[in-house]
Amino acid sequence: MSGNMNLTLKVWRQKNKNAEGKLVNYQVKDISPDMSFLEMIDVLNEQLIVKGDEPIAFDHDCREGICGMCSLYINGRPHGPKDRITTCQLHMRSFEDGQTITIEPWRAASFPIVKDLAVDRSAFDRIIASGGYVSVNTGNAQDANSLPIGKEDADLSFAAAACIGCGACVAACKNASAMLFVSAKVSQLALLPQGQPERYLRVHNMVAKMDEEGFGNCTNTGACEAECPKGISLSNIARMNRDFFVAGIASDN
Amino acid sequence: MSILDAKIPEGTLEQKWTKFRSSVPLVNPANKRNLEVIVVGSGLAGASAAASLAELGYKVKVFCFQDSPRRAHSIAAQGGINAAKNYQNDGDSVYRLFYDTIKGGDYRSREANVYRLAEVSSGIIDQCVAQGVPFAREYGGMLSNRSFGGTQVQRTFYAAGQTGQQLLLGAYSALERQIGMGAVKMYSRHEMLETVTIDGKCRGIIARDLTTGKLERHFGHAVLLCTGGYGNVFYLSTNAMGSNVTAAWKAHKKGAHFANPCFTQIHPTCIPVSGDHQSKLTLMSESLRNDGRIWVPKKAGDTRKPIDIPEEERDYYLERRYPAFGNLVPRDVASRAAKERCDAGFGVGNSKMAVYLDFAFNMDRYGHIEASKKGLDNPDAHTIRELGKGVVKEKYGNLFDMYQQITGENPYETPMRIYPAVHYTMGGLWVDYNLMTTVPGLYALGEANFSDHGANRLGASALMQGLADGYFVIPYTIGSYLSKEISTKSIDTNHEAFSEAEKAVQEKLNKFLAIKGTKSVDYFHKKLGKIMWDECGMARTEAGLKKSIDDVRALQKEFWSDVIVPGSADEFNPELEKAGRVIDFLELGELMCIDALDRNESCGGHFREEFQTEEGEALRDDEKYAYVAAWEFKAQNQFELHKEELKYENIKIAQRSYK
Ligand SMILES: Cc1cc2nc3c(=O)[nH]c(=O)nc-3n(C[C@H](O)[C@H](O)[C@H](O)COP(=O)(O)OP(=O)(O)OC[C@H]3O[C@@H](n4cnc5c(N)ncnc54)[C@H](O)[C@@H]3O)c2cc1C
Ligand code: SF4
Ligand code: FES
Repeated sequence: MSGNMNLTLKVWRQKNKNAEGKLVNYQVKDISPDMSFLEMIDVLNEQLIVKGDEPIAFDHDCREGICGMCSLYINGRPHGPKDRITTCQLHMRSFEDGQTITIEPWRAASFPIVKDLAVDRSAFDRIIASGGYVSVNTGNAQDANSLPIGKEDADLSFAAAACIGCGACVAACKNASAMLFVSAKVSQLALLPQGQPERYLRVHNMVAKMDEEGFGNCTNTGACEAECPKGISLSNIARMNRDFFVAGIASDN
Repeated sequence: MSILDAKIPEGTLEQKWTKFRSSVPLVNPANKRNLEVIVVGSGLAGASAAASLAELGYKVKVFCFQDSPRRAHSIAAQGGINAAKNYQNDGDSVYRLFYDTIKGGDYRSREANVYRLAEVSSGIIDQCVAQGVPFAREYGGMLSNRSFGGTQVQRTFYAAGQTGQQLLLGAYSALERQIGMGAVKMYSRHEMLETVTIDGKCRGIIARDLTTGKLERHFGHAVLLCTGGYGNVFYLSTNAMGSNVTAAWKAHKKGAHFANPCFTQIHPTCIPVSGDHQSKLTLMSESLRNDGRIWVPKKAGDTRKPIDIPEEERDYYLERRYPAFGNLVPRDVASRAAKERCDAGFGVGNSKMAVYLDFAFNMDRYGHIEASKKGLDNPDAHTIRELGKGVVKEKYGNLFDMYQQITGENPYETPMRIYPAVHYTMGGLWVDYNLMTTVPGLYALGEANFSDHGANRLGASALMQGLADGYFVIPYTIGSYLSKEISTKSIDTNHEAFSEAEKAVQEKLNKFLAIKGTKSVDYFHKKLGKIMWDECGMARTEAGLKKSIDDVRALQKEFWSDVIVPGSADEFNPELEKAGRVIDFLELGELMCIDALDRNESCGGHFREEFQTEEGEALRDDEKYAYVAAWEFKAQNQFELHKEELKYENIKIAQRSYK
């Protein structure tokens, strides 16, 4: 089924990390409003491939908003014009016939470009490795229900745990700060009894790692929360700052 | 044809695992430090295995093709994970979970493995909670449960509609902890393209760094493939775009038998195909069947809007045909029933290839409960519905949003339209009780093995199996192999077996690039998908399968003469990755059809039209087919069948009934 939308795309093309990149214009025709945004790029790529040209490289996997792999900066917004969804959940019915769409990668020094629209977000993994866990070896656990957790805390913890690690918060922030991402993990565990023993050490180590990876400072502009596809709340940053403060006092002693 | 030895321990069913664990040879901590284990895959199976083995002291390397281990396809699981905790006091037990799984699998799985799975299930929940996995809870702070198909107890643990994400993040955090401590070395954006065998034992892999294109050699005393399922052989499926069979297939071509390849699960509740542009299908979790009722109009070709069709003119066909289980029949049964209604002309929506999943009834039921909690006297219908919507939103909000995003329709106001789609593969690499394949030192875990689900997997059991394999099975069973390897020194990767394997990989990559034909990789993938869906999908026939074997072989030829893969091998080149995966699917597709043709019976997800009861249910042939079909790769397009007889010593094998 083909549709009736014709669009102009301006797409960032960059051969590799060290090459220079530029915006390149493409025309796509007969796009159906029921297509997803990534399926629209598939259509363009198919045209490029059969001509022997290199298709546009972009990251994606689940295509249903959960793996956090897709990462496009569309018309100046991470994950495109609609709130609370990822790029792969965006459909062409959100655009108009004849529109020009600019597609760029996440821009942040800590997320170097791999190729075209794909970036390297491994800094996030390294931050988790520095403390985003509960130290419990397999086999150590007690019966799951021996640890009752009030529904309110459980729900708040879950809301923080919904972060998919996509990096839109960093891309949205003029300082390329990773505070929303880090605070989501810190909060998830700080709100649970299991997370208490390492609570302050965790925040200390994760913040130190975040700084070391070169992410910027938080100046409370709130752009991250506005662009986060999972609605991760700024209140997590406040919680993390409180814990970080306590951690600082504790380590001064 | 040889007989396969599953190495099932002696003793009664209840004693086997305990005895095994207490008597399996151990490796002392000092020796563990010198033993290297390669784990390919970072999903639930891979991440849990890698973390647990590293905790024990082994030196571990982990590979995944995504940019981060956290993005493995397990992340997408929605509905939940089973465990025989009996927290609801509703009669659950290890035996019942075992029994439900064997019956759900239509008596085509191994008793000892399934019993072990049920035994360790409970520890999985404990482990995950200890890691901080935020499962759903009741107000009193206790864990909440729900029901899944094919069972009559509530044993499914969940985290809204994103259970897989939360479980994987738990396993990923355990893995990252080990990475941080230097016990695991992680290779993201790396794809395994070959196994390396030395003196009959698997000793490593060849992997491609997907960012630079460089081929790398990695040695391991043992290699674990935790590389997921192959549902994408159908092109359209609920699997992530990158899910593929390459790792398992390469292992197969190097001697690992591939078991029950034709056992595919078609999930009944997915968003229907909307057009040719479609790149994947989206699941609507089975948990929705707790509160959604499935129906079609009683009149064929009824074009009225669903809300305009009165109650008495609707056919709730699952409730009608299966009163005991109703909307919660197992997936294979529900999928076939949907296909039957649509084929008979009762389908709905533009394509007429869909049925309704309707929440109105239960929204009102919940609305009444909420109203009475609030002490509202005589609330009007609108108030009730709004209150009920709130309850449904809390339970399934993200799924409803996902549905609306994709279809543009609001499922709170109109029933969802759903249709079956390829979802899971019960088939996979044949493994013994230790999870070892037919190649010594090469293991398969999670969806990549032929698994404990027989011919049909029950909902919420894949997450359970993946984590059971990784956290609680492999840490013990690998000892029985590695305890004999303590004096094997690390093998230098300049060894000729590594050079040869690397050379073969390089030549294949060059070959893809050299063809410079006229058709994209996707063209072949789509074409294969159509053949497989039409002839090896929900209903199969002898004639159709024979034809499809020829068609797939012809497509393989066409691929090798007319595919075009732009770019080069020494750079980030997703098309080149895809080419490798699709040619492996093309080879696997052929074997799936061969296997389906060999199995002259219907069981679980494998439905041969020639073999059905008068009511259209699957008709098994236990005399002839109570075996695992394990295929050996002999040469291109040539496979030899080996059988593992399935013996039922504890369960009486019977026709499956959900009436
Ligand atoms: C939409 C959806 C919902 C589901 N919901 C549920 C549910 O509610 N309950 C349930 O029990 N089950 C569910 N399932 C099934 C379940 O999610 C999967 O069976 C399970 O997660 C598979 O886990 P795994 O660890 O075996 O593999 P995966 O999670 O698929 O991981 C595979 C890993 O292998 C890596 N890999 C693959 N090939 C290579 C290679 N060649 N080189 C390097 N790395 C490689 C990948 O990078 C990845 O890390 C669902 C499945 C789908 C599709
Ligand atoms: S906080 Fe939101 S935007 Fe940032 S990584 Fe997590 S999900 Fe993405
Ligand atoms: S592709 Fe997985 S979130 Fe978009």
